[in-house]
Amino acid sequence: MFLYDLYGSNFTQMKKDIMLAGVGGQGILTIATIIGTAALSEGLQLKQAEVHGMSQRGGDVQSHLRISSKNIASDLIPEGKADLVISVEPMESLRYVNMLHKEKGWLITSMNPFNNIANYPDLELVLKDIWKLPQYVTIDAEKVAKEQGSIRAANIVVLGAASPYLDIEFELLEDAIKTVFSRKGEDMVKLNIKALHAGRDYANKST
Amino acid sequence: MQKLLLLGDEAIAQGAIDAGISGVYAYPGTPSTEITEYIQASQEAKERDIKSMWSSNEKTAMETAIGMSYAGKKSLVCMKHVGLNVAADAFINSAITGANGGLVVLSADDPSMHSSQNEQDSRFYGKFSFVPILEPSNQQEAYDMTRYAFELSEKFSIPVLLRITTRLAHSRAGVTRAETQAENELKLPSDPRQFILLPAIARKQYNNLLAKQEAMEEDAMTSGNNTYIDGDDKSIGVIACGLGYNYLIENFEDGKVPYPVLKVNQYPVPKKMVQKLYDSVDEILVLEDGYPILEELLRGFLNLGKTVKGRLDGSIPRAGELNPNIVGSALGMEILQGFEAAESVEGRPPQLCEGCGHWDSFGALNEALEPYSAGRVLSDIGCYTLSALPPLQAINTCVDMGASITMAIGAAEAGLVPAVAAIGDSTFTHSGMTGLLDAVNRKAPITVLLNDNATTGMTGGQDSSALGKVEDICRGVGVDEAHIRLIKPLRRLHEENVKVISEELEYNGVSVIIARRECVQTLGRRMKLKALEKKKASPEI
Repeated sequence: MFLYDLYGSNFTQMKKDIMLAGVGGQGILTIATIIGTAALSEGLQLKQAEVHGMSQRGGDVQSHLRISSKNIASDLIPEGKADLVISVEPMESLRYVNMLHKEKGWLITSMNPFNNIANYPDLELVLKDIWKLPQYVTIDAEKVAKEQGSIRAANIVVLGAASPYLDIEFELLEDAIKTVFSRKGEDMVKLNIKALHAGRDYANKST
Repeated sequence: MQKLLLLGDEAIAQGAIDAGISGVYAYPGTPSTEITEYIQASQEAKERDIKSMWSSNEKTAMETAIGMSYAGKKSLVCMKHVGLNVAADAFINSAITGANGGLVVLSADDPSMHSSQNEQDSRFYGKFSFVPILEPSNQQEAYDMTRYAFELSEKFSIPVLLRITTRLAHSRAGVTRAETQAENELKLPSDPRQFILLPAIARKQYNNLLAKQEAMEEDAMTSGNNTYIDGDDKSIGVIACGLGYNYLIENFEDGKVPYPVLKVNQYPVPKKMVQKLYDSVDEILVLEDGYPILEELLRGFLNLGKTVKGRLDGSIPRAGELNPNIVGSALGMEILQGFEAAESVEGRPPQLCEGCGHWDSFGALNEALEPYSAGRVLSDIGCYTLSALPPLQAINTCVDMGASITMAIGAAEAGLVPAVAAIGDSTFTHSGMTGLLDAVNRKAPITVLLNDNATTGMTGGQDSSALGKVEDICRGVGVDEAHIRLIKPLRRLHEENVKVISEELEYNGVSVIIARRECVQTLGRRMKLKALEKKKASPEI
């Protein structure tokens, strides 16, 4: 979308630092893989720091996904410089607001809590904290995913809601979904493409 | 050649395959596990019959790799940093024997302790044993330096330590492959006594090792792995080791650092390069993603030279991994702040999976222990360590692999009777078996709760060396048959299981209760695979 200079063929600079957040097992690495696949097909550089090991057992997990037209130095996004926080769980999205750029940063999150701790806060308080931020999209991803056929595509609904802010051609995200889900069969590809569209439509309507 | 998108771990694995290894030896340990897994899954490695089966522990892995090197072939051995403690005897002595075929030891450190019980820095081991260390700072370097490590190993007939940290191990980036090197032919050492460390020979070998140090330092000057990058602003110079370099240049537009920088990726660090930096700047900042090893050397005991900044003077926090902001702050740069932490955020610690047998196993243990005072469960390293957290709060210790059984012996001998050792099947064959022999020989009044989930669970479900052998091992080391009890940790069998545990707690000798139920993660994967195969076998009508 914004990758090529409108006035010529010069490769313009592109840089997106994305914090992906969720709970171990919620599929944030699938989101990372899809964005990453799309970015690589644009010839962009990529670094993606993941969490493996102990925290994957139902703990909070995050991934630093950095995409750029230039070389990327650090595997970690510097605090206060993330363009996006994309989260599949509302409280987890708030865990990384310190990473978010105060002027440019957007927070995109599912509103569906993953409640596996005794002291999970009142959802209303969580949402209120999110809605205090200047730029956010909150989406009932499970409901939207269900409408498209399966609650399992909720993470892709969130990706769809984040897609207007990624600066990556939407068609390339569709292609990446085809690549990533192809071994799971045509039905899964279709479901996730629909989920991607539904998420994007919601974001475009709500902002 | 097309770029591959690889984790640091995977880049090392591919580098080793392409360097012509004939074997990889390892015990799973975060963040090193994915190296061996990648080689196990590699079609190329299969075709070449690269040996890649998991070893029982890091020491057996290290020794097997030394054996392959003795026979002239190239081998890689992988472990997490604390695994190097287990392998240390073999590792340090392998520096004295030296290598025949290329021998590379990968140790993955975990600063900030994401998945570990300490943040020890493996570079100390490299220095301690006088071997060269390579410390890549990105995925491409991880690939290239793995290949170079084998070259270096054969050039100096010495094992080479490859040191990475979690951040590189578990971060992905594009990697370009180079030409594949051939595997070595079987060829014994030209000196038939090279690997016989009798004192008389060891003294000679040790002197050989010391004599190589100068040439090793010279290699670190010329290999291209250490780079001096000049800068106009001489008010400070930066020595950036490994990942520290990335965090440094992240702070500057287009990566152009105004100060002179010494980028360090190979040790021993060439004195000439450090001298050049020291002479041209007013003060020095040392960036190490680990312990302040170089910093301490540079600063010296009395700190009488130029100002050396780093972890020791508080410019950088004393503990934990580096990041771009820490480095920027140390250079006095203005650091961008994000939003303030929200009040509604609670911690979300990891926990045992839903349906995991450990819930039932430790639930039954808790109940059986109710008549006794608290603090009796000496535990170990594995998923079940999570039973320390609420709601179970079932265990009282976790120190190192295998320590449950031996610590229980010590506690029992101090008078804490009954004492319980809680250990998993893979940890048992890693380092628990010998402790169980001690317990039998000493007739220690301990009860071992051996949680057998038929896998190495915490690291993601690798094959367990204990599979199908637990009872035989217990009998073999001399545990009385009548006190080897088998239970199935299920909620519906709770009462029965509590009874078995209670009985054994009362027994004044060694008993082993095997709580056997497959890990729910590996079970789930197995079922999925089975369904897939079934679907393939009977195509839709």
